[in-house]
Amino acid sequence: MSTASREFLRNAAEKSADLVHRQIIRRAIDHYNQAVERRRARFLDWQEARRRCQEIKREAVIHLDRYLLEFERRVQERGGQVFWAETSEDARQYITDLASRRGVRTIVKSKSMVTEEIHLTPALEKLGLRVYETDLGEFIVQLRNEPPYHIVTPAMHLTRAQVASLFREKLGDVISDDPQYLVGVARRELRHAFFSAEMGITGANFLVADSGMIAITTNEGNGRLCTTLPRIHVAVAGIEKIIPRLENLALLWPVLATAGTGQPVTCYNTLIGGPRKTDEVDGPEEFHMVLLDNGRSELLADREQREVLHCIRCGSCLNACPVFRTVGGHTYGTTYPGPIGSVLTPHLRGLNEFQHMSYASSLCGACTDVCPVKIELHHHLLQNRRNAVNDAKRPLVERATFKLWRWAMLNAGIYALSGWFARAAMRIVHAVRIEGTPLDPMRLWTKYHALPSVPAKSFREIWRKNRGAN
Amino acid sequence: MKKVALFIPCFVDQLLPEVGLDVVRVLRRIGYDPEFPEEQTCCGQPAFNTGYWQDARPLAERFVRIFRKADAVVCPSGSCTSMVRLFYPDILAGTALCEEARMLGQRVFEFSEFLVKVAHVTDVGAAFPRRVAVHDSCHGLRELHLKQEPRELLRHVRGLELVDLPFSEECCGFGGTFAVKFNVISGAMGATKAGNAEASRTEFLTATDPSCLMHIEGVLRRRNSKVRTIYLASILAQTDESGRTAQPGDSR
Repeated sequence: MSTASREFLRNAAEKSADLVHRQIIRRAIDHYNQAVERRRARFLDWQEARRRCQEIKREAVIHLDRYLLEFERRVQERGGQVFWAETSEDARQYITDLASRRGVRTIVKSKSMVTEEIHLTPALEKLGLRVYETDLGEFIVQLRNEPPYHIVTPAMHLTRAQVASLFREKLGDVISDDPQYLVGVARRELRHAFFSAEMGITGANFLVADSGMIAITTNEGNGRLCTTLPRIHVAVAGIEKIIPRLENLALLWPVLATAGTGQPVTCYNTLIGGPRKTDEVDGPEEFHMVLLDNGRSELLADREQREVLHCIRCGSCLNACPVFRTVGGHTYGTTYPGPIGSVLTPHLRGLNEFQHMSYASSLCGACTDVCPVKIELHHHLLQNRRNAVNDAKRPLVERATFKLWRWAMLNAGIYALSGWFARAAMRIVHAVRIEGTPLDPMRLWTKYHALPSVPAKSFREIWRKNRGAN
Repeated sequence: MKKVALFIPCFVDQLLPEVGLDVVRVLRRIGYDPEFPEEQTCCGQPAFNTGYWQDARPLAERFVRIFRKADAVVCPSGSCTSMVRLFYPDILAGTALCEEARMLGQRVFEFSEFLVKVAHVTDVGAAFPRRVAVHDSCHGLRELHLKQEPRELLRHVRGLELVDLPFSEECCGFGGTFAVKFNVISGAMGATKAGNAEASRTEFLTATDPSCLMHIEGVLRRRNSKVRTIYLASILAQTDESGRTAQPGDSR
């Protein structure tokens, strides 16, 4: 069992038992679900919208090479610089070098999961730079020294009272837990950061090939401040964020907003085409686009799972997932939690260490049902499991058990006999009252379940006698 | 009498024989002659879901050989039905039996699906004067798209009051080996389901999958809940004349 897997099990046990935590998450997600449902109903045909988004992303991913080069050329034509980062390390290095070379001391960041993926902030802080997360949720979890809990709602796990006491502790003199007041506190705090920062770092929701622009979606307008006030703008994005045409946004923007937060469109949708031109008054002097691979090319080569690159990071599969709602986002211990994280992480960080995520699912399929780009998430979990078995990454006991099981199941006589012994064993557990004790062979089950009453005869025994006649 | 083959999932065969018998009773009442090929064992889903596709493959082949002559196969589990219909073609891909498996998958039906869509029967002449709520078993709901079928059947049961279950489409947490491997999570999900059942003021919880019910029943009884589970066919098997009245835990 990997370290990550042990860690997951320990945290899952703790969080599953934490009813207060579960209630907070549940309430937040129920609220979200209602908004999404209302919003989906406003589409003439939500299923058709999903199909079209799937088509757009499929076209982009199949011709990724072509669209990426087109995007690069157009960014460069407008005076932007493009850096191809094969690994997280490459991306980090490029950005930290740039910050050092330009004498940067303060950085403002808008929300970006890919910068979490490459562990950018710790690398910048190591150089003595001050990095401010400017999305309110990210600002909160940064103050708590925590990674984001959820890819869209990073502070979903906190109540406003907790936020108020956090602000009081870290920022001083907070007199109310009224949300609007708390936003005011954060805004005051961030305002001076926006004005003093020499570098703004953002992600990108979409990279638009035919216009060479990046599309950034935020609800707080902080993205625009990050990209216009500092003299250097660095955007980081996974290569799969490409879309072919500007007009695709007409569908992708509302679909992302609907699936992500239940909004018609997100409050601020910004298209950025590069650095300020000589005749322009606003914008940064430099624009750097970091295109991150970090395992994505390998996923592209995998015909079976290529469509995982369609993901637009809306977070709806997390909200739909009953396991996520039970164990919470931090339990996964990965940048991307929930169903998409369980499918993707083995590709980004290794199947051996992260196979447990694909097993920690009841395969209910709620994720696949809500995915706005129709990724068959729970079927990919099954494929990850198969890959784990085929790559000899499963425990020996389990392998042996299934060999034995197969041998028994291939012969109805042996199967029936095994069933008879299993039922006898269950009756003994009942009779000698060892249920739940270390002696109980079914203790993993009986820990949470009353033992089922065990029938004396199986269906086939009864059938053989009288063909099930009353 | 029209012939129909029964596929009784291994856990039903071994642990819930009443479920199989009730399926037989209902099928006979609506004019079918169910046949139970005794060579059958398991559809292979436990191995398949754990990643052991190689070990599930011979069971898929075996299933095809056993049921290849059947016009229709009825199975009291949405999960095992979707294993055959959706995943057999995947694990048999590239083998000689793949196409036959695909065709056979179109003739394997979950119990309520068979009654409503194949036999076109919604009133099976049952009586069950109790409050009943439907839990939407995941594989029935999302792989086979069964939502109205069990409700349609229950609406025609004399005396039965259909109760709304809050969050009826949320997974109960069973998930096969998941319930053992990640029993903490599964138990917590089961408790959520049990809580919703209790809040609905239903007496019984039913579903298209007896595996969900076995799990939920265990959780309910562990917390000394008054709510009980009963498999769909076990409700439909009850009639006024039979003199049988449902007792808590009857389906188990």
